[in-house]
Amino acid sequence: MRRTIAILLQNPLSLLGVMLVTIVVLSAIFADLIVPFPDHKGAVVDFANFNKAPEWPYIFGTDLVGRDMFSRIVYAYRISLILGIVVLAIAVPIGVTVGLVAGYLGGWTEYALMRLTDVFLSVPPLVLAMSIMGVLEPTLLNGMMAVTAMWWPWYTRLVYNITRAEKEEGYVLAAEVIGASRLHVIFREILPNCVPAIITKMTLDLGFVIIIASSLSFLGLGVQPPTPDLGSMVADGAKYLPDSWWLTVFPGLAILAAVFGFNLVGDALREILGADQ
Amino acid sequence: MSVATLDIRDLYLSFKGYVGTVEVLHGISLHIERGERVALVGESGSGKSVTARIVLGLLQELRSARVTGELLFEGTDLSTLSAAARHDLRGTKMSMIFQDPTSSLNPVYTIATQFHEVQKRALPSLGAAESRAMAAKMLRDVSITEPDRVLDSYPFQLSGGMNQRVMIAMALANEPSLLIADEPGTALDVTVQAQTLTLMHDLVAEHGTSVLFISHNLGVVREFADRVYVIYKGRIVEKGRTQSLFGNPGHPYTRALMAAVPKITGGGVADVEEASEAFAEPMVDHDRQAVA
Repeated sequence: MRRTIAILLQNPLSLLGVMLVTIVVLSAIFADLIVPFPDHKGAVVDFANFNKAPEWPYIFGTDLVGRDMFSRIVYAYRISLILGIVVLAIAVPIGVTVGLVAGYLGGWTEYALMRLTDVFLSVPPLVLAMSIMGVLEPTLLNGMMAVTAMWWPWYTRLVYNITRAEKEEGYVLAAEVIGASRLHVIFREILPNCVPAIITKMTLDLGFVIIIASSLSFLGLGVQPPTPDLGSMVADGAKYLPDSWWLTVFPGLAILAAVFGFNLVGDALREILGADQ
Repeated sequence: MSVATLDIRDLYLSFKGYVGTVEVLHGISLHIERGERVALVGESGSGKSVTARIVLGLLQELRSARVTGELLFEGTDLSTLSAAARHDLRGTKMSMIFQDPTSSLNPVYTIATQFHEVQKRALPSLGAAESRAMAAKMLRDVSITEPDRVLDSYPFQLSGGMNQRVMIAMALANEPSLLIADEPGTALDVTVQAQTLTLMHDLVAEHGTSVLFISHNLGVVREFADRVYVIYKGRIVEKGRTQSLFGNPGHPYTRALMAAVPKITGGGVADVEEASEAFAEPMVDHDRQAVA
């Protein structure tokens, strides 16, 4: 613990990352208490105050139907984070299990699983997600499914490579020799040695999932109005640049803050967990 | 006479590759009496380690490996046993010690946890507290003075010699009848290696465990083993009691192997031929010579 704090203090960027992530996560959790206009997350129209430049109480301005941009950005964080966490919660166990099994068992199992993974990896992620969303209805749930489908192979590849290396380690052979089952070797011996890498990648990925989800929304394939989403806010506001700059700049900065923050924390975690090994 | 712990007769092993089969062992016969320490000596790639893996039943599970010959463990033919029955023997009746003790222990678990896993092979219902008490006793047997500290440590927090002792204690935890030591302690420095070997020597004598000692280190073999088999390119080229074999090496390969050991007094490393026609000469059996 003391080492963790020392690493964070020595690296101001890590500290910045922790601060950004803390702000993003806390504001997402306590959105209802923070925002001045909680009902603006939905279909509210206030033409008296539409398209206003930042001024009190609309610190980030208002959008084209008079909703407070700040309120909507904070709620969008909540949705982005839920989406990111759900995607990772589904994609990581699938990807990790496939990677472990392919790496440890080898032979035809490895061949089949890794070629399947390669197929998914060879399609550009956004294109894959777009095609899934194009076929299905563009809802939040389908959005999660699409992003999940493109996300697990990256974990498979990561864990597969670690497993291939760990499998040659003496302790795996030792476990086999004393008669440990394959399941035991995979999940009790090898998996714990992959955890630092997995956690680090998850932290980095939370930022990327937010970007991908925003990209989908930007293209009109993600979260649908009136639900607030950073990507669709940028897309809607882009038509009114440069005059109504607050419609794009603030949601854009919000995406930047979240992604930058998660990346910095991921880097710091890599250092903290990596050095322990 | 009691039944031999391990009796290998005419063991052949071949691997099926893309370009036909490659024979690795060309009919190996080897036996270990109860409580006997037998060394299998040879250069890298001579077939020492695969022999050990066949005994443990690990190679038979590979689809590309073809194993023929008789393999009697305490009188039962291992090839007649099902995979599950062979699996039951591992970790309970047979155990193994490896070259590098530190990498043989999983870095993410404490010694206590790993000890528990080993003991559960023989006693599935063993609780953590009992396991700990038993483990502490066994660690004392391998001259570890602070078993509690060691049990709560992770392998990377202990020295190589300490880990080697832990490995020995674990390997003997379930009172196996056969212990396979695959170049134990090669990764350790010589003084620590000597200490742990003495320890292992005494313990197996005490427990009456048979040992198959695989090594390329002739000095260690001479100190440790009762009988020695010299293996070269998948064939046993010489066998006999340690004293007689070291005192009067009969086979050209054994002589070359002994000449290759660097002397502490200097004089350079002997120039050993990599392969010689003489190495293919028939096996020299010291027991039979004595009779004749």
